Amino acid sequence: MAGKEPGTADVLRRVRELLDEYDPVSTPRLEFLRARFDAGLAWVHFPPGLGGLGAPRALQSVVDAELAAAGAPDNEPRRIGIGLGMAAPTILQYGTDAQRKRFLRPLWLGEKVWCQLFSEPGAGSDLAGLGTRAVRDGDDWVVTGQKVWTSNAHNARWAILIARTDPDVPKHRGITYFVCDMTDPGVEVRPLRQITGEAEFNEVFLTDVRIPDTLRLGEVGDGWRVAQTTLMNERVAIGGSELPREGGMIARAATTWRERPELRTPELHDRLLRLWVDAEATRLTTQRVRQQLAVGAPGPEGSGMKLAFARLNQAISGLELELLGEEGLRYGDWTNTRPDTVDFYGRDAGYRYLRAKGNSIEGGTSEILRNIIAERVLGLPSEPRTDKDAAWKDLPR
Amino acid sequence: MSSAGLDLLYSDVEDDLRSAVRDLLADRCPASAVLARCDSDTPYDLDLWRTLRLQLGLAGLLVPEKLGGQGASAREVGVVLEELGGAVAPVPFLGSAVLATSALLGCDTGDGRVATLLGRLASGESTATLAVPLSTAPGSAFPQGVRADARGELSGRVSSVADATAADLLLVPGIGPDGPGLYEVAADAPGVRISAATPLDLTRPIADIELAAVPAARLVVGPTATAALDRALLTGAGLLASEQVGVAQWCLDETVNYLGQRRQFGRVVGSFQALKHRLADVWLEVVSARAAARAAADALAKGDPDTAVLVAVAQAYCAPAAVRAAEECVQLHGGIGMTWEHPAHLYLKRAKSSEIALGTPGRHRAALAALVDLPAAV
Repeated sequence: MAGKEPGTADVLRRVRELLDEYDPVSTPRLEFLRARFDAGLAWVHFPPGLGGLGAPRALQSVVDAELAAAGAPDNEPRRIGIGLGMAAPTILQYGTDAQRKRFLRPLWLGEKVWCQLFSEPGAGSDLAGLGTRAVRDGDDWVVTGQKVWTSNAHNARWAILIARTDPDVPKHRGITYFVCDMTDPGVEVRPLRQITGEAEFNEVFLTDVRIPDTLRLGEVGDGWRVAQTTLMNERVAIGGSELPREGGMIARAATTWRERPELRTPELHDRLLRLWVDAEATRLTTQRVRQQLAVGAPGPEGSGMKLAFARLNQAISGLELELLGEEGLRYGDWTNTRPDTVDFYGRDAGYRYLRAKGNSIEGGTSEILRNIIAERVLGLPSEPRTDKDAAWKDLPR
Repeated sequence: MSSAGLDLLYSDVEDDLRSAVRDLLADRCPASAVLARCDSDTPYDLDLWRTLRLQLGLAGLLVPEKLGGQGASAREVGVVLEELGGAVAPVPFLGSAVLATSALLGCDTGDGRVATLLGRLASGESTATLAVPLSTAPGSAFPQGVRADARGELSGRVSSVADATAADLLLVPGIGPDGPGLYEVAADAPGVRISAATPLDLTRPIADIELAAVPAARLVVGPTATAALDRALLTGAGLLASEQVGVAQWCLDETVNYLGQRRQFGRVVGSFQALKHRLADVWLEVVSARAAARAAADALAKGDPDTAVLVAVAQAYCAPAAVRAAEECVQLHGGIGMTWEHPAHLYLKRAKSSEIALGTPGRHRAALAALVDLPAAV
């Protein structure tokens, strides 16, 4: 594309043109979303022709706000978060033209739900040690193994998958990245019940699943590098949402404090205020991170936000249960349901307390994140390792 | 309740200002010199202070140009304080360029006497301090320790005043026949006794001031005096957060540096996860403290209606963050961290003393409880 990248005025003009041509209220939802995608207003930082305009990423919030104000339907981003946040940026960066054309539009429209087949029972923090095998067979790969902690697997049409294609080289080098069709007869999805009582996640068993080589993302053996794009975007997605003051987990605790004077104690007051301050400082930090991104000068601060939110969510939800006293002895519902999204705030405090325990595990444990900060931001050396240069097949497991 | 309009970044001009101050301090204020001064009878580096105010014009940042100042704002002062904190520079910047200057700016600057004083401070001709205990929190009751008689002469005592021994001018809150007032007192006026105390923080001297029928000029009286004092304390508390960020950042950088070199058990000790995780936690607090301090400075600069909340958040967050960074710095340096020779203790003393200065974190949390409607248990 020639010329300079589009600015706010260009983007706003396109929004007006879209709204002039498609009435946001009376146009059928999917038709409006298709028109929005084709106008380059889906994700403005994507290239033209793929739902974007090659504009600065920061302008997306301008588009979203304008369209929301006009009463336009959205693509239910919470329902398709894995596709939007992880699969899409990876397909954009590593996909072929054909793959980008095929997958990105239905993904953004929400017509096709995506899930992520990364973690395994034997490969959590040490994801690169994964054992799911993909063996070349003509134009296909034959995949066998077990994945775990897969949200939305039961609704998904497509998955992003990493599997071992070469066990004879060190673990980081023998991995390849694929797109997997979840309707393949070799894919079996089983709900994984968690400490909240429900099954938000799944185990996925892969038995001789055939994946055509045309569904490979990136080079054979380069899957670890491709996966970094996915994982970086996952942490941004988890740690980077914009909140108003007293948004997020502190909101319920503060509201309960105001509305229920009979529950107040001096000790809880002190803890509540400490956490309120922590929540506000963390919120200001995410605001600062966003301002850095907007001027094209991302700082390392973003790496810490997921760590901060995990700690806050756990501490605040724990406090909330204590504040509730006798009511904190009760739990909403242990029924084994299968929710499509995590609804922290529409549920009871016991649920919040238990679900928040996952915040320091999912998408990189807080311990791994501290290693990343110490090594990549502060420049400290890694622990001595024995697994870096040995062939994967020779590692003890 | 909104902070969406806040600018939490540093402008190019602010970056340039930081570089100028940093270069000067690197040259003139190395840790070894600061340390040597602690054992001398000249606790302030008055040559450095002269350069900062006369060459760089930093004493007048908050003062409007038409009164002889730089016409800058709390944002630039915050940047300077980050650098001064990072060097634990022994200069009376907080007392003079922040507290005393803010108190004067809260008076009627159209008044000739006030304007003259601001001009003298801005030009660097005078150094002043605000005669309150450094521990005074914004929102405290007006001090009762100094009384003005009908002739305007002041008598009383104020303890633990920061930067008093470097000042030629004292701004003294006193209670007179017409109520609370702010008074101008020459530090060498008859009846003034300023006695240096032994400070916990070796790089920010404190002193006790005794006044015995001292002739003084009243600058402002009544509710405006109370408001001017409170405005100065609020500005001081909000900007002290920037100094605390500078202290914390130095402690983090120094510790990372040391752990990247120190070897035990045949390894660089910075490769042990037990230590790396602690530093990652300190880092997270420092970046959060920076955002909180920037928010307070920007709100002060803009006169944002949310300023009181953001200042209380900044103090309640940054003060303990600096203490923690300094305590970790001492601990992770091992034995060397306990020595007088290593500068870590200067930062620990500054951090702990600053935690008490201008309101403890607990005082600021109590202020927040009222500001954001989270009332105490009854």
